[in-house]
Amino acid sequence: MIEQLYQQVILDHYRQPRGRGHLPDPKFMHDGANPLCGDEVVIEFQVDGEVITNIRFSGQGCSISQASASMMAEALTGKTMDEAREFIRQVYALLKGDVEPDLETMGDISALAGVRKFPVRIKCASLAWHVLEDALKGLQATAQSK
Amino acid sequence: MATTTVRTIDAKAIRELFPFFTPHEEMRSLIYLDNGATTQKPRAVIERMVDFYSYHNANVHRGAYGVGAKASEMFENARERIAQFLNAKESAEIIITKGTTESINLVASTWGESLQPGDEIIISEMEHHANILPWMQLVERKGAKLIVWKITDEGKLDLQELQSLLTDKTRMVAVMHISNVLATVNPVKEICALAHKAGAKTLIDAAQSVAHMPVDVQDIDCDFFAFSGHKLYGPTGVGVLYGKREILETLPPYQRGGGMIKRVAWDQVSWAGIPSRLEAGTPPIAEVVGLHAALDFVDEIGRDKIEAYEWELTQYALERLQEIPGLKLYGPVDYRAGLLAFNVGDVHPHDIQTVLDTEDIAIRAGNHCAHPLGDRLGTPATARASLAVYNDEAHIDALIKGLHKVREVFQLD
Ligand SMILES: Cc1ncc(COP(=O)(O)O)c(C=O)c1O
Repeated sequence: MIEQLYQQVILDHYRQPRGRGHLPDPKFMHDGANPLCGDEVVIEFQVDGEVITNIRFSGQGCSISQASASMMAEALTGKTMDEAREFIRQVYALLKGDVEPDLETMGDISALAGVRKFPVRIKCASLAWHVLEDALKGLQATAQSK
Repeated sequence: MATTTVRTIDAKAIRELFPFFTPHEEMRSLIYLDNGATTQKPRAVIERMVDFYSYHNANVHRGAYGVGAKASEMFENARERIAQFLNAKESAEIIITKGTTESINLVASTWGESLQPGDEIIISEMEHHANILPWMQLVERKGAKLIVWKITDEGKLDLQELQSLLTDKTRMVAVMHISNVLATVNPVKEICALAHKAGAKTLIDAAQSVAHMPVDVQDIDCDFFAFSGHKLYGPTGVGVLYGKREILETLPPYQRGGGMIKRVAWDQVSWAGIPSRLEAGTPPIAEVVGLHAALDFVDEIGRDKIEAYEWELTQYALERLQEIPGLKLYGPVDYRAGLLAFNVGDVHPHDIQTVLDTEDIAIRAGNHCAHPLGDRLGTPATARASLAVYNDEAHIDALIKGLHKVREVFQLD
């Protein structure tokens, strides 16, 4: 059971994170934390029109929260903001157990389904996605008010 | 392989006094190593509280009828017992609070009123937020200064360093008795002596010590001494502030309400004497009565025996933890309390906690409410196993096995 949580893919992303670091000229920056356990994730990204062109993350925390941020940076780069929002919804559904993991559409992220048996860790897995979702919401709100 | 044999206390017999350790339907039997956060409660404590609510429940210091008088008597007997437990001179020096946090806040907001701009308060770098934030807020309010007494690389407090921080502006030295992260046992008696020589008052945060070693407030000669019931095998929601009578008598009220006045008229209020003046409102009566039972529980075993036993067990743990490659332990090793904060390789403490949880071992992971100490140690989080009198070598063995499992899951080699 514990091996389902800490799958090879998770450990890979934890130890060789994709997109960890900072952008020289981040267009958008947003952060979030789980005060209870101290996980922190900061997301920086750039957009070109509707497309997210570059995502970097920084922060600290458990392997689940950091691997998840790495997976997100990898999966959402090159997606439009609408696609990203839809993708984020899919990830929440996966974490909650509403959809089954599908390697084809979700790739490495399927491994996050392992948290289902560890309810207290779902927050760790969803942290980075919440941070980006909030940032996109903010963007949408400013766009609409213009 | 370690060779120490820990025998001075029969931990298994002690566990039998705790319903929590009696396997029951909802719970697999758990190896509980999170005693620094809170201890489990012996049946005697639970039963004393049930007995109070079942047969003696009434408000205290109000009813002159039989049950009310009995409730008041039980409450005041508990206060007597607490005074005796700490070797305070008299029970009026015992103020009932809801815990260590409130005890320290009480001192900061009452005694702290007398602070002048430029006055200094010394706290150590290893303090829990409960002994940082009330002082931070106080010095801000009063234009005073907070001075931080740095720890040594070994994780101790150096008295010479304190000597150099004390000035004629120092009004208070507030330090923890035992560190909830480093497990350092601070030389509180010497600290109080130095502080007093400089004309300062002293407060000891004893949250982590009272359940694990004998304490004597007259011998320590501290001005204030704070602890929580729930880390001492007692209930949550109750704590104690000990203060020397001559200081308590000078304090303004902490909260205002029932029970703390002599007389109220629209144009004039006169406050009650101590301890009532500092205890507005209905106190946690059942909890105080439960705490009484907890003190009896501890003293029936004997605090010097507990101290010796936990130190033996700690030595065994220190020895066995060396078997784990890549394990970094924080705090002194020559002598320490039964708390073991550590990291293993690049594995995050929460992941250590989760792996151990699947092995039915409960430990704490996180910053342990001591962010500044984490900064000093260069680690935002640690895993922490903390011992109590019902733990034994088998629990340490299980922890070691669990840590090997952590290394295996995280493919550390
Ligand atoms: C050293 C120390 N001080 C203060 C506290 C706060 O105690 P409480 O939360 O019971 O008020 C704790 C508890 O974690 C502690 O370990």
